[in-house]
Amino acid sequence: MPFQFNWPQEFNRLQEEMDRVFGRRNDGPTTRSRVFPAVNMMEDHDNLYIESEIPGMELDQFELLVNEDNQLTLQGDRKKPADDGGTWHRDERTFGRFSRMISLPMPVDGDACSADYTAGVLRITLPKKPEAKPRRITVSAS
Amino acid sequence: MAENTIAGPAPATTEPEPTRQTPTYQPRFDIVETDGELTLFGDLPGVQQGDLDIRYENEQLVVLATVRPRNEGLEVLRQEYGIGDFRRVFRIGESIDAEAINAEVHNGVLTIHLPKTEAAKPRRIEVKAV
Repeated sequence: MPFQFNWPQEFNRLQEEMDRVFGRRNDGPTTRSRVFPAVNMMEDHDNLYIESEIPGMELDQFELLVNEDNQLTLQGDRKKPADDGGTWHRDERTFGRFSRMISLPMPVDGDACSADYTAGVLRITLPKKPEAKPRRITVSAS
Repeated sequence: MAENTIAGPAPATTEPEPTRQTPTYQPRFDIVETDGELTLFGDLPGVQQGDLDIRYENEQLVVLATVRPRNEGLEVLRQEYGIGDFRRVFRIGESIDAEAINAEVHNGVLTIHLPKTEAAKPRRIEVKAV
Protein backbone atom coordinates (compact mmCIF):
# COMPACT_ATOMS: atom_id res chain seq x y z
CA MET A 1 0.00 0.00 0.00
CA PRO A 2 1.48 3.38 -0.99
CA PHE A 3 2.43 5.69 1.80
CA GLN A 4 -0.32 8.22 2.19
CA PHE A 5 0.58 11.47 3.81
CA ASN A 6 -2.20 13.95 4.21
CA TRP A 7 -0.28 17.21 4.25
CA PRO A 8 -2.93 19.65 5.45
CA GLN A 9 -4.07 17.28 8.16
CA GLU A 10 -0.54 16.50 9.25
CA PHE A 11 0.37 20.16 9.40
CA ASN A 12 -2.68 20.95 11.48
CA ARG A 13 -1.85 18.12 13.81
CA LEU A 14 1.75 19.31 14.10
CA GLN A 15 0.58 22.87 14.71
CA GLU A 16 -1.74 21.73 17.48
CA GLU A 17 1.02 19.69 19.02
CA MET A 18 3.36 22.70 18.99
CA ASP A 19 0.64 24.90 20.45
CA ARG A 20 0.09 22.42 23.23
CA VAL A 21 3.79 22.09 24.00
CA PHE A 22 4.54 25.81 23.86
CA GLY A 23 1.30 26.85 25.47
CA ARG A 24 -0.07 29.13 22.85
CA ARG A 25 -3.68 30.07 23.29
CA ASN A 26 -5.98 28.87 20.56
CA ASP A 27 -7.92 32.09 20.19
CA GLY A 28 -5.06 34.35 19.18
CA PRO A 29 -3.72 35.05 15.75
CA THR A 30 -1.17 32.52 14.71
CA THR A 31 1.37 34.58 12.88
CA ARG A 32 3.58 36.19 15.48
CA SER A 33 6.15 34.83 17.85
CA ARG A 34 5.16 34.46 21.49
CA VAL A 35 8.54 35.49 22.87
CA PHE A 36 8.09 38.96 24.27
CA PRO A 37 9.63 41.13 23.20
CA ALA A 38 10.80 39.59 19.94
CA VAL A 39 14.15 40.95 18.82
CA ASN A 40 15.85 41.39 15.47
CA MET A 41 19.58 41.98 15.22
CA MET A 42 21.31 43.66 12.32
CA GLU A 43 24.73 45.09 11.59
CA ASP A 44 26.57 47.30 9.21
CA HIS A 45 30.24 48.19 9.11
CA ASP A 46 30.22 50.43 12.18
CA ASN A 47 27.22 49.49 14.30
CA LEU A 48 25.19 46.66 15.67
CA TYR A 49 21.44 47.29 15.73
CA ILE A 50 18.88 45.65 17.98
CA GLU A 51 15.29 46.26 17.01
CA SER A 52 12.22 45.24 18.93
CA GLU A 53 8.50 45.76 18.47
CA ILE A 54 7.10 46.90 21.82
CA PRO A 55 4.12 49.15 21.12
CA GLY A 56 2.40 51.34 23.68
CA MET A 57 5.46 52.35 25.71
CA GLU A 58 7.21 55.62 26.33
CA LEU A 59 10.96 55.80 25.82
CA ASP A 60 11.61 56.52 29.50
CA GLN A 61 9.80 53.29 30.47
CA PHE A 62 12.60 51.23 28.98
CA GLU A 63 15.66 50.13 30.88
CA LEU A 64 18.58 49.27 28.67
CA LEU A 65 21.79 47.96 30.16
CA VAL A 66 25.01 46.87 28.52
CA ASN A 67 27.47 45.04 30.74
CA GLU A 68 31.16 44.24 30.55
CA ASP A 69 30.41 40.73 29.33
CA ASN A 70 28.91 42.18 26.20
CA GLN A 71 25.33 41.41 27.07
CA LEU A 72 22.43 43.72 26.48
CA THR A 73 19.51 43.67 28.88
CA LEU A 74 16.25 45.05 27.60
CA GLN A 75 13.59 45.48 30.22
CA GLY A 76 10.53 47.51 31.00
CA ASP A 77 6.96 47.42 32.11
CA ARG A 78 4.21 47.43 29.56
CA LYS A 79 1.17 48.81 31.33
CA LYS A 80 -2.28 47.53 30.57
CA PRO A 81 -4.70 50.34 29.75
CA ALA A 82 -7.11 51.23 32.53
CA ASP A 83 -10.02 48.83 32.72
CA ASP A 84 -13.23 50.80 33.11
CA GLY A 85 -15.40 47.81 33.65
CA GLY A 86 -16.38 46.78 30.14
CA THR A 87 -16.69 43.24 28.82
CA TRP A 88 -13.49 41.90 27.27
CA HIS A 89 -14.31 40.07 24.07
CA ARG A 90 -10.73 39.56 23.07
CA ASP A 91 -7.55 39.67 25.06
CA GLU A 92 -4.57 38.96 22.82
CA ARG A 93 -2.02 41.58 23.70
CA THR A 94 0.78 40.99 26.18
CA PHE A 95 1.35 43.22 29.20
CA GLY A 96 3.45 43.32 32.30
CA ARG A 97 7.13 43.41 33.14
CA PHE A 98 9.49 41.95 30.61
CA SER A 99 13.20 41.39 30.57
CA ARG A 100 15.44 39.87 27.98
CA MET A 101 19.18 39.44 27.99
CA ILE A 102 20.85 39.21 24.62
CA SER A 103 24.44 38.16 24.09
CA LEU A 104 26.03 40.43 21.55
CA PRO A 105 28.10 38.79 18.85
CA MET A 106 30.93 41.34 19.04
CA PRO A 107 32.39 43.86 21.51
CA VAL A 108 30.50 47.16 21.53
CA ASP A 109 31.18 50.54 23.07
CA GLY A 110 28.65 50.55 25.92
CA ASP A 111 29.01 54.28 26.60
CA ALA A 112 28.16 55.31 23.07
CA CYS A 113 24.96 53.28 22.68
CA SER A 114 21.77 55.10 21.78
CA ALA A 115 18.11 54.16 21.46
CA ASP A 116 15.23 55.49 19.45
CA TYR A 117 11.53 54.69 19.84
CA THR A 118 9.23 55.40 16.91
CA ALA A 119 5.70 54.08 16.37
CA GLY A 120 6.17 51.29 18.88
CA VAL A 121 9.49 50.11 17.46
CA LEU A 122 12.54 50.34 19.68
CA ARG A 123 15.85 50.52 17.92
CA ILE A 124 19.12 50.40 19.79
CA THR A 125 22.34 51.41 18.05
CA LEU A 126 25.48 49.88 19.52
CA PRO A 127 28.74 51.12 17.98
CA LYS A 128 31.24 48.34 17.45
CA LYS A 129 34.59 48.58 19.14
CA PRO A 130 37.37 49.28 16.63
CA GLU A 131 38.77 45.77 16.99
CA ALA A 132 35.39 44.28 16.02
CA LYS A 133 35.13 46.12 12.73
CA PRO A 134 36.00 44.15 9.66
CA ARG A 135 39.28 45.09 8.03
CA ARG A 136 39.79 44.93 4.34
CA ILE A 137 42.96 43.08 3.48
CA THR A 138 44.71 44.17 0.38
CA VAL A 139 45.88 41.32 -1.77
CA SER A 140 48.97 42.24 -3.66
CA ALA A 141 50.24 40.31 -6.60
CA SER A 142 53.82 39.19 -6.19
CA MET B 1 5.02 3.34 -7.96
CA ALA B 2 3.79 6.50 -9.59
CA GLU B 3 3.53 9.57 -7.47
CA ASN B 4 0.24 11.30 -7.57
CA THR B 5 1.22 14.77 -8.70
CA ILE B 6 -1.84 15.73 -10.70
CA ALA B 7 -3.80 18.18 -8.65
CA GLY B 8 -7.33 19.23 -9.32
CA PRO B 9 -8.10 22.71 -10.56
CA ALA B 10 -7.14 25.36 -8.04
CA PRO B 11 -10.16 26.63 -6.14
CA ALA B 12 -11.28 30.11 -7.04
CA THR B 13 -9.66 32.53 -4.66
CA THR B 14 -12.16 34.41 -2.59
CA GLU B 15 -9.56 36.79 -1.19
CA PRO B 16 -7.91 39.45 -3.30
CA GLU B 17 -4.32 38.58 -4.01
CA PRO B 18 -1.58 40.97 -3.04
CA THR B 19 0.56 42.44 -5.76
CA ARG B 20 3.42 43.40 -3.48
CA GLN B 21 5.91 40.86 -2.25
CA THR B 22 5.37 41.83 1.37
CA PRO B 23 4.12 39.42 3.97
CA THR B 24 0.92 40.37 5.77
CA TYR B 25 0.53 39.74 9.47
CA GLN B 26 -2.51 39.60 11.71
CA PRO B 27 -2.09 42.17 14.43
CA ARG B 28 -3.06 41.30 17.98
CA PHE B 29 -6.19 43.00 19.28
CA ASP B 30 -8.02 43.50 22.53
CA ILE B 31 -11.73 44.25 22.29
CA VAL B 32 -13.66 45.82 25.13
CA GLU B 33 -17.37 46.49 25.10
CA THR B 34 -19.06 49.05 27.31
CA ASP B 35 -22.67 50.22 27.26
CA GLY B 36 -21.82 53.02 24.88
CA GLU B 37 -19.25 51.59 22.50
CA LEU B 38 -16.96 48.85 21.35
CA THR B 39 -13.30 49.73 21.71
CA LEU B 40 -10.57 47.91 19.84
CA PHE B 41 -6.91 48.16 20.84
CA GLY B 42 -4.43 46.79 18.33
CA ASP B 43 -0.68 46.40 18.41
CA LEU B 44 0.59 47.69 15.10
CA PRO B 45 4.28 48.41 15.60
CA GLY B 46 5.88 50.55 12.93
CA VAL B 47 2.55 52.00 11.79
CA GLN B 48 2.05 55.75 11.61
CA GLN B 49 -1.14 57.68 11.06
CA GLY B 50 -0.79 57.90 7.29
CA ASP B 51 -0.21 54.16 6.85
CA LEU B 52 -3.67 53.17 8.05
CA ASP B 53 -6.75 52.30 6.06
CA ILE B 54 -9.75 51.50 8.25
CA ARG B 55 -13.11 50.78 6.67
CA TYR B 56 -16.47 49.82 8.05
CA GLU B 57 -19.01 48.41 5.63
CA ASN B 58 -21.54 45.57 5.67
CA GLU B 59 -20.97 45.10 9.40
CA GLN B 60 -17.30 44.39 8.72
CA LEU B 61 -14.46 46.41 10.08
CA VAL B 62 -11.36 46.10 7.92
CA VAL B 63 -8.07 47.28 9.37
CA LEU B 64 -5.24 47.55 6.89
CA ALA B 65 -1.85 49.08 7.59
CA THR B 66 1.06 49.33 5.24
CA VAL B 67 4.42 49.11 6.94
CA ARG B 68 7.31 50.70 5.17
CA PRO B 69 10.35 48.45 4.93
CA ARG B 70 13.06 49.34 7.36
CA ASN B 71 16.60 48.12 7.89
CA GLU B 72 17.25 47.83 4.18
CA GLY B 73 20.92 47.41 3.39
CA LEU B 74 21.77 45.96 6.80
CA GLU B 75 23.12 42.49 7.39
CA VAL B 76 20.59 40.48 9.41
CA LEU B 77 22.16 38.50 12.25
CA ARG B 78 19.03 37.33 14.00
CA GLN B 79 15.39 37.56 13.06
CA GLU B 80 12.66 36.72 15.53
CA TYR B 81 9.88 38.57 13.76
CA GLY B 82 9.14 39.55 10.21
CA ILE B 83 8.27 43.00 9.01
CA GLY B 84 5.25 43.36 6.78
CA ASP B 85 1.80 44.83 6.43
CA PHE B 86 -0.99 44.26 8.89
CA ARG B 87 -4.52 43.20 8.03
CA ARG B 88 -7.41 42.07 10.11
CA VAL B 89 -11.15 41.91 9.55
CA PHE B 90 -13.76 41.89 12.29
CA ARG B 91 -17.44 41.20 11.94
CA ILE B 92 -19.25 43.63 14.18
CA GLY B 93 -22.58 42.23 15.32
CA GLU B 94 -23.70 45.26 17.29
CA SER B 95 -25.44 48.19 15.65
CA ILE B 96 -22.73 50.74 15.18
CA ASP B 97 -23.10 54.41 14.40
CA ALA B 98 -20.85 54.36 11.34
CA GLU B 99 -20.61 58.15 11.17
CA ALA B 100 -19.19 58.38 14.67
CA ILE B 101 -16.39 55.81 14.34
CA ASN B 102 -13.04 57.30 15.19
CA ALA B 103 -9.53 55.99 15.63
CA GLU B 104 -6.15 57.13 16.82
CA VAL B 105 -2.69 55.63 16.79
CA HIS B 106 -0.02 56.33 19.37
CA ASN B 107 3.34 54.61 19.70
CA GLY B 108 2.20 51.70 17.56
CA VAL B 109 -1.08 51.11 19.39
CA LEU B 110 -4.21 51.65 17.36
CA THR B 111 -7.40 52.48 19.24
CA ILE B 112 -10.70 52.30 17.35
CA HIS B 113 -13.89 53.56 18.96
CA LEU B 114 -17.11 52.13 17.56
CA PRO B 115 -19.99 53.96 19.24
CA LYS B 116 -23.25 52.04 19.37
CA THR B 117 -26.41 53.46 17.87
CA GLU B 118 -28.93 54.82 20.33
CA ALA B 119 -31.23 51.85 19.67
CA ALA B 120 -28.49 49.36 20.54
CA LYS B 121 -27.58 50.90 23.87
CA PRO B 122 -28.95 49.02 26.82
CA ARG B 123 -31.66 50.83 28.73
CA ARG B 124 -32.17 50.59 32.37
CA ILE B 125 -35.79 49.88 33.18
CA GLU B 126 -37.20 51.49 36.20
CA VAL B 127 -39.18 49.23 38.44
CA LYS B 128 -41.98 51.05 40.14
CA ALA B 129 -43.22 50.13 43.51
CA VAL B 130 -46.95 49.53 43.56
